[in-house]
Amino acid sequence: MSGEPVLEARGIVKRFGHVAALSGAHLTVHHGEVVALIGDNGAGKSTLIKVLSGVHPPDEGEIRLGGRAVAFSSPVDARRAGVETVYQDLAVADDLSVAANLYLGREIKRRGPLGRIGLLDKRAMRRGAAEALEQLGVRIPRVTTPISMLSGGQRQSVAVARAVVWATDVVILDEPTAALGVVQTRRVLELVERVRDAGMSVVLVSHNMPQVLEVADRVEVMRLGRRTARFAAAEATTDDLVAAMTGALTTESLD
Amino acid sequence: MATVDQAVGWRGRLEEWLRERISVAVSEVTAATALAVLFIALSLASPYFLTADNLFNIGSQTAVIAIIAVAQTMVIITKGIDLSVGSVAALAGVAGAMVVRDLGFSVWEASAVAVAVGAAAGLVNGLLVSFARLPPFIATLGMMSAGRGLVFIVTGAVGVYSLPESFQLLGNGVIAGVPFTIVVTAAVALAVGGLLSQSRFGQHVYAMGSNLEAARRSGIPVRRNLTAVYVLAGMLVGLGGVIAASRVNSGQPNYGIGLELDVIAAAVIGGASLFGGQGRIVGTLIGAFLIALVRNGSVLLGINIHYQQLIVGLIIWAAVYFDQFRRRRLESRG
Ligand SMILES: Nc1ncnc2c1ncn2[C@@H]1O[C@H](COP(=O)(O)OP(=O)(O)OP(=O)(O)O)[C@@H](O)[C@H]1O
Ligand SMILES: [Mg+2]
Repeated sequence: MSGEPVLEARGIVKRFGHVAALSGAHLTVHHGEVVALIGDNGAGKSTLIKVLSGVHPPDEGEIRLGGRAVAFSSPVDARRAGVETVYQDLAVADDLSVAANLYLGREIKRRGPLGRIGLLDKRAMRRGAAEALEQLGVRIPRVTTPISMLSGGQRQSVAVARAVVWATDVVILDEPTAALGVVQTRRVLELVERVRDAGMSVVLVSHNMPQVLEVADRVEVMRLGRRTARFAAAEATTDDLVAAMTGALTTESLD
Repeated sequence: MATVDQAVGWRGRLEEWLRERISVAVSEVTAATALAVLFIALSLASPYFLTADNLFNIGSQTAVIAIIAVAQTMVIITKGIDLSVGSVAALAGVAGAMVVRDLGFSVWEASAVAVAVGAAAGLVNGLLVSFARLPPFIATLGMMSAGRGLVFIVTGAVGVYSLPESFQLLGNGVIAGVPFTIVVTAAVALAVGGLLSQSRFGQHVYAMGSNLEAARRSGIPVRRNLTAVYVLAGMLVGLGGVIAASRVNSGQPNYGIGLELDVIAAAVIGGASLFGGQGRIVGTLIGAFLIALVRNGSVLLGINIHYQQLIVGLIIWAAVYFDQFRRRRLESRG
């Protein structure tokens, strides 16, 4: 974990009207690690993630990618930079098929003149989607099924798969196992490990402390819109994490 | 965990596949059945129904409703609604008639003018919806009123008459025994159907209606696309308007009052969902045909126009209720 962090947030401030969702938040993600981002409801985790993925422009602060300051003016910028996100609300189009969702915004067009007028190569996308899901161990009846006909867990698996498939540097997962049963949760956690083994970094938001301690290399804790504590997962206990989330314990200097 | 495992085998998968297909096409199948029943009933009820004249008449009546309903379908898929179609069709029809009468334009040139007028109105709708962020209902309600006002102003509230016979070609002409209107409708349906189902733009239109925020986060230029949908819809409404004018060889400022209800009904009957993200051109064509038959049948059977309105109202309620019911059932599975 030497060198510049792959992704770093410094002193991010984000206000919604009078509410300051983030008041100087930091987050550090090193190359090839799984960072768990935890905090009580409303601590600002999802907001920080949306800032990092280009959904919200920050009011103040800096995002650094591989040591260089970047300004994401849209989610596309973040994705081009290799940062993929599974949002807490999933952001899937329910009426579209699994394949269409996996390729949303990056559809494959046909070759030749038909492609130039914008016609889609649906078969290539179906095949690509089926292969990707298979590889990731996500089981879906068919890639032509509309998302609305999937179970909550399958839906979440598709969203995770979409991020993992396209990411090159960082995958951000905002509560990716919230709706999942035991088996599906296992699969997602295995996927997280595989992503790390492939050399990417993962930011994992979760409320499940044992899960956090199991898969994460490091844990960063947010409270009231700031980072209040950092732990190496191997050295922390659930009690430490809870203490940090409630404000009883801080490891960061808060100015 | 509700995945279908290998163990379930091909039978299970076939069943699942069928269930999926049926649920996608259920509105279309229902509408087609209703259409067939109505068609047979009318053939039995009225000796005049199956005559060539009447079928031709139904054909061109369906054409105008269908073209404008196709426009409405595109807007409905984006989770919008276009209440201005009647006014814009009148405006475009009158504009087409006026350039023929006053400037000696041909019927084709007049059609181009009408389409351009429709596009302009659509552009205003589109900008109001996507950039001024007015709800589509309000944006197009304003256009409904403004458009109607404008058409009365430019005509002085009198129809545009004394047009040459040639202006009728579009609405009443025949090519190789097929009404010209049917050819135009088929071309429009194929083009828009292809655009929606096969193109990237179409894919994005469904995505925007299904989950606008997800579409935005996927990098889809939602405002530009939304504007484009309203412009395209406006062009089709303009085309429908000039066909309607051509059919009666005049520009009527009060044409299309209440037309929005017919075309919304057509789209919804065919499976377009007012909740966005769903709707297919095949369904809309069936719906348009059904509405045209209701209108035509009512005339043949001497049913008063007010009852027709009542029937269309009931149909809208039934279709939307059905859609909502279907959605709720799907959600409860989730
Ligand atoms: N779009 C928004 N508009 C207004 N306020 C917002 C918006 N998004 C978040 N907030 C506010 O910002 C604060 C932080 O919310 P956020 O969703 O980031 O919390 P969180 O840590 O993800 O919580 P949870 O664990 O419940 O998901 C909350 O007070 C929330 O109400
Ligand atoms: Mg959250």
